Amino acid sequence: MTVAEAKAQAGTSVVDAKNLGLTFRTNDGPVQALTDVNLTIGKGEFVSFIGPSGCGKTTFLRVIADLEQPTEGSISINGMTPQQAREKRAYGYVFQAAALFPWRNIAKNVALPLEIMGVTAAEQKQRIARVMDLVNLTGFENKYPWQLSGGMQQRASIARALAFDADLLLMDEPFGALDEIVRDHLNKQLLELWARTDKTICFVTHSIPEAVYLSTRIVVMSPRPGRVTDVIESTLPKERPLDIRETPEFLAIAHRVREGLHAGHSYED
Amino acid sequence: MNRVRDSIVPVLTILVGLVVVWYVAAILLNAPFQRDLDRRAGETPGTVEFIGKTLSQPKPTMPAPHQVAQDFFKNTFLRKITSNRSLVYHAWVTLSSTLLGFLFGTALGILIAVGIVHVLALDRSLMPWIIASQTVPILAVAPMVIVVLAAIGITGLIPKSLISTYLSFFPVAVGMVKGLRSPELMHLDLMHTYNASQSQVFWKLRVPASVPFLFASMKVAVAASLVGAIVAELPTGAVAGIGSKLLQASYYSQTIEMWSALVAGSIVAAILVTAVGIVGRLVDRSMGARPA
Repeated sequence: MTVAEAKAQAGTSVVDAKNLGLTFRTNDGPVQALTDVNLTIGKGEFVSFIGPSGCGKTTFLRVIADLEQPTEGSISINGMTPQQAREKRAYGYVFQAAALFPWRNIAKNVALPLEIMGVTAAEQKQRIARVMDLVNLTGFENKYPWQLSGGMQQRASIARALAFDADLLLMDEPFGALDEIVRDHLNKQLLELWARTDKTICFVTHSIPEAVYLSTRIVVMSPRPGRVTDVIESTLPKERPLDIRETPEFLAIAHRVREGLHAGHSYED
Repeated sequence: MNRVRDSIVPVLTILVGLVVVWYVAAILLNAPFQRDLDRRAGETPGTVEFIGKTLSQPKPTMPAPHQVAQDFFKNTFLRKITSNRSLVYHAWVTLSSTLLGFLFGTALGILIAVGIVHVLALDRSLMPWIIASQTVPILAVAPMVIVVLAAIGITGLIPKSLISTYLSFFPVAVGMVKGLRSPELMHLDLMHTYNASQSQVFWKLRVPASVPFLFASMKVAVAASLVGAIVAELPTGAVAGIGSKLLQASYYSQTIEMWSALVAGSIVAAILVTAVGIVGRLVDRSMGARPA
């Protein structure tokens, strides 16, 4: 049992959703984005949410982040409501695109949350140096976003989410737009970063290998209505070289994820 | 060399084309009066001599380019700039009220845009009035504004520049509403996750995002300001400025002087628009934009 799992079982839950549901009112009538989601995420876990588009995985992440309001059930973040958690800056959010401000250089982009939170200039400098090192971007402080590759931009946006030391990191398909070689590289770096910082990570993806490679737990979701169909505990060790993806153990988990997606009819149109 | 080929050559080609059209028009438009003159004098000039005469009348219907150029050169470079026959003097008078009006207009436009973006009631109520304001013929409004202001003791530069303000606030307001609303949803969500206050969202996201829109609309606004300043000089008995120069020349049928005043106005407009463009590019560069 890993440290993370032990802590999770000790009951220090970071995210706790009970019978959570969210129905969007649209012009074509109500759309059930989430129904009856029951999920507890423990401190230090790396949880991936996988499923086809429309399964509500991003919506669930946005509910945690207080970017959407649930219409049924309840959810608590560190024992608080999502709004309180947001006001306490309890989480860092990484979007599908890097969403860097084009008029700020990388260091200034990373400093954005620190400026908003009123961190002193000296402290800002120190934190920027630390997180730039964490994502291997030291030396690129004065570059502007357009001067960086897509992968580097996304790393800068991860640095920005790490800068204010929230314990929870919410990542919404952060590597979805990148090619596979860059993605492999960033997956490896993300695992290293997770090991070094002991953060709780919620990670949305629609890549089965990515989910299996990264996670301690994989939540399989299914659309119409968006719901959780399976939760898979990973048996892989915390130390994961890239070639772990060819081991039978890895393939067995990947197979189970695929089965879960099948069971949720995710492959039908 | 690329710059020469890409921008100067096309512009010169159009210019040469315009000059040719202008000469042809001058000959055709001045011909009836010249024929009249020749008939009364009992002369029968040859074609070449006749064309020469149409291009050298003292008060032609349509002055030829070289006549305008000569007059423009004389009144721009050969006179003391304090003389009231100097085009530089008149251009400066118009320019000063243009710039003042442009500053007022830009400030007013930005203020209105900030209000519209942040106050729902203003968003609903103000825009139709702003659009309506631009449908009023400025030539009709200008004398009223100046007479009313003179009645309460405000004369000189301010009333003139208010006409410029009236024309220039509009493009800035419209552009800035668009600019302040230009941040992507993702950037707004990001600020929301940081629990940023409305003023932080405004200064750190909306304002920097709106800068390109501001300069694009300021280019339109500065040209409109100049038009406003010239129009303000027309019906008000102004004694100096490009507008008053135009009016005086038309009283005395000094068509050549009218045209050179027009040329002076266009040159001032070109300088103003270029200057705004250059400042815009410098600001863009300082904000880390990719060099074009």
